[in-house]
Amino acid sequence: MSMVMIGLEIHAQITALNSKLFCSCRGNYRDLRPNSNICEICCGLPGSLPIINQKAIEYSTMMSIALGCKVPDKIMFYRKNYFYPDLPKNFQITQYNVYGISSIGIEGKYELDEVKQIRISRIQLEEDPGRIAYSEGGMNVRNTALIDYNRAGVALIEIVTEPDFTGPKEVRHFLNKLSLTLEHLDVCDTLLEGSVRCDVNVSMNGGNKVEIKNINSFKEVEKAINYEITRQSNVYGRNLKIEHETRHWDDKKKITFKARSKEEEHDYRYFPEPDIPVIVLGSNFVANLKQRMPELPNERFERFRLKYQLSDHTSNILINDKKLADFFESTLKLHFSPVEIANILVTEFKSLIEDDTEGRDYLKNLKVKPEHIAELVKLIEGNKISRTTAKDILVKIFESGELPTEVVNSSNSFKITDEKTIMDAVHSVFDNEKSAVEDAKKNREAINFLLGKVMKFTNGRADAKIAMRLINSKLNE
Amino acid sequence: MTRLDELLAYEVVEGLTEGQFTAEDYVTTILKRIEKVEPKVHSFITLDTDGALSSAKIIDKKLKEKEAIGQLAGVIVGIKDNISTQGIRTTCASKILENYVPTYDATVIKSLKESGAILLGKLNLDEFGMGSTTEYSRYQPTRNPWNLDCVPGGSSGGSGAAVAAGECTIALGSDTGGSIRCPSSFCSVIGLKPTYGRVSRYGLISYANSLEQIGPICRSVRDLVIMLNIISGKDTFDNTSMPSNPISIPKRLNKLNVGIIKELITGSDQEVTKSVYFASEKFKEIGCPCEEVSIKNLHYALPSYYTLASAEASSNLARYDNLRYGFDYSIGEYKWDTYFSNVRENFGEEVKRRILIGSYVLSSGYYGKYYLKARRLRSLLRLELLELFKKYDLLIGPTMPILPFKFGEKIDDPIKMYLVDINTVIANLAGIPAISLPIGFSNGLPIGLQLMAAPFGEQKLIDASYELEKIINIPRRPNSI
Repeated sequence: MSMVMIGLEIHAQITALNSKLFCSCRGNYRDLRPNSNICEICCGLPGSLPIINQKAIEYSTMMSIALGCKVPDKIMFYRKNYFYPDLPKNFQITQYNVYGISSIGIEGKYELDEVKQIRISRIQLEEDPGRIAYSEGGMNVRNTALIDYNRAGVALIEIVTEPDFTGPKEVRHFLNKLSLTLEHLDVCDTLLEGSVRCDVNVSMNGGNKVEIKNINSFKEVEKAINYEITRQSNVYGRNLKIEHETRHWDDKKKITFKARSKEEEHDYRYFPEPDIPVIVLGSNFVANLKQRMPELPNERFERFRLKYQLSDHTSNILINDKKLADFFESTLKLHFSPVEIANILVTEFKSLIEDDTEGRDYLKNLKVKPEHIAELVKLIEGNKISRTTAKDILVKIFESGELPTEVVNSSNSFKITDEKTIMDAVHSVFDNEKSAVEDAKKNREAINFLLGKVMKFTNGRADAKIAMRLINSKLNE
Repeated sequence: MTRLDELLAYEVVEGLTEGQFTAEDYVTTILKRIEKVEPKVHSFITLDTDGALSSAKIIDKKLKEKEAIGQLAGVIVGIKDNISTQGIRTTCASKILENYVPTYDATVIKSLKESGAILLGKLNLDEFGMGSTTEYSRYQPTRNPWNLDCVPGGSSGGSGAAVAAGECTIALGSDTGGSIRCPSSFCSVIGLKPTYGRVSRYGLISYANSLEQIGPICRSVRDLVIMLNIISGKDTFDNTSMPSNPISIPKRLNKLNVGIIKELITGSDQEVTKSVYFASEKFKEIGCPCEEVSIKNLHYALPSYYTLASAEASSNLARYDNLRYGFDYSIGEYKWDTYFSNVRENFGEEVKRRILIGSYVLSSGYYGKYYLKARRLRSLLRLELLELFKKYDLLIGPTMPILPFKFGEKIDDPIKMYLVDINTVIANLAGIPAISLPIGFSNGLPIGLQLMAAPFGEQKLIDASYELEKIINIPRRPNSI
């Protein structure tokens, strides 16, 4: 059994920001004509200076709090110097902790579950570079590359963990929880292409660590780790040593490959950014932010359990889908019946949509709104419709967007509570299902079959309790 | 009557307002002057004649229609060519920016335009501001209007020479380690390096961000005050800028305590020393007691300065890779491994030297040994100076330890060249304001007096300079051209 140690370096864009980290260009660079979202600052034109986005400091502080980091009273920015065509200034403005603490979060502890804790080395705020687009076939086929600086200067939060993961499953679990946190704090829409990226360090049996770069979605991380563990096991299996090296993840071939050796030998010549003076956050900054910041996923989970009396299972489903949880709470504001509403949302409601919407923002385009669900639950609780009817109505309003009452009125599907009408149905079923009636007289469990038949006879509208009572009394006749 | 091309800035505004001449008359006169002296002096890298004439016409139209005009209306301002001007080529006297035309105006340029100033062109400097003679300009050196065989000082040599030669009314320079004060001293004009943070650096093409400031170069203290007030102020585009009180022309001089920096006297040429003692007599005449003081940490200043300035420069200049803007480069191939080094061959020798030094002192293993130590020495020096300013209102000494020298005299020995900055780098390291004031001549070569004050103590510098200017009679116009 070999020991695996994995550490992560995650980059999450602060997609919540309207502007870039150091200028007023749009934070959302997606779907824009190349090089149309640029100015003298993010393009690093001579003489331009960075102006720090205060909101970015708040968002990165919230992430630091969420991951159990200490937030220092003062933060600073550093320059990381290296030449790369997507980097307009040929240095990146970032943070650095070697010559004293400068970054927004340090020494964090994050509870992965009851037993496992992940240490966070640091959280820092930095700028994203632009993007290089190679012509088809890559650099080897044609000698040209195009550069789009629309992304250059977008605010990134870098989260660096200690090598505390022992396998890909823990990593996946962590990344899932991290995504939820990013979403709950409204920091990053992790579903946007390229909004989260991950570098991974993998070492085995205390050997050299291998850094894997260029993993452009959390989903690919697990695959890259699995590949790398297999690769390293094979190398050790042949009694060879693992080199300390940087590898890239090829998400088409699903393999890691060795980076050009030059890329590893960087001396970044860090030094304090002279154009951004030390930022004093002040002693109340964190305390104030804690009061203002949105609820974290685990806090919300506890609240759902305790305040709304939801089961762990139901709470979990809701928390894991932030937008559904928000939908749930919007519905509660209209009609406070947490258990009933939650049950409908995590079962019937979810089953109607889950097929074709893999995590997308499906709720936005839905015709059914919290008003619909609130009304539906009121109808059920007012004993106006049966649960069976409720399911049918939900299907209908998903398509039409009508309010449940309208559907009930127009399709005449109110619950039947009139004993005479139900008794007629019971008579009819007893006439048609003679053998089942005999069964039921011996075996009480067969009664459910008869009830089903009665419900069917009334198109699901009969009050089940009344129907049951009438069936029982007729059986006893 | 004074010739039109000898007018001071405030006289130009008066003359225009009173209708003595038009802005177009004035611009035309200055253009004639340029035509005459520029072939000898070489102050300009780029002239915008058409732009200046059309700005003049706009001002004349406003005057005719009795519209309000700005504080610097009609005044011709020359701009050091490391300050960004929208639509006008800005080269930093470097070949690497030969074809670079900024898309935006520096904040100071916006302020000047709003005040009605006429921008006539871009003035010469040592490449990226690195040098003390303009000999490192990648175009051609500027000559000292007082003696064409001598250097005008640097790096704002074009600004100093143009103001002295009457090629513009006033000029903007920038000062990283003395680049405004050195040419002001060598060209016998007045130059101020403001307190770090008083003037926005937005649009000033960085050489060493933590040290430099934009500042005015003028022929009178009154002009300098007008100009300084226009360009000062907190700018949201510069995190390091700060709000400040406007400066005024003093009604009368309050007593100021003056310290003469001993080390700067003993380290200077005899002729220069003599002038400083002459100045101290004049200070006593205007009721300001002088005594000698010592700066213990002074010998740390130059090493600290060159370490920090080079470190910052090595990073600031990294962006010049000619991928987005720059110069005409037909390399034929863009090979990953060689492109950056090939293209950056186009820097001049001195710039390359400082990039190398800067990269070295920042590299891992050396950061603590050089860069960090230089920063500590810088704060030591600053603290010592702040302590001295509790006792003295002004610290004075020669701006330059030597007289203007001949071309080629020091260019072969970088260390010799660096040593002439010893008096001026102090103010940049400490972030304090410093002015260079013409104090006399020796063999026809100008000598400047440097006055330093506590942070944001510009008013005291102006108070003293205004009085000294009144009682020390200095010829304004060089006869050699």
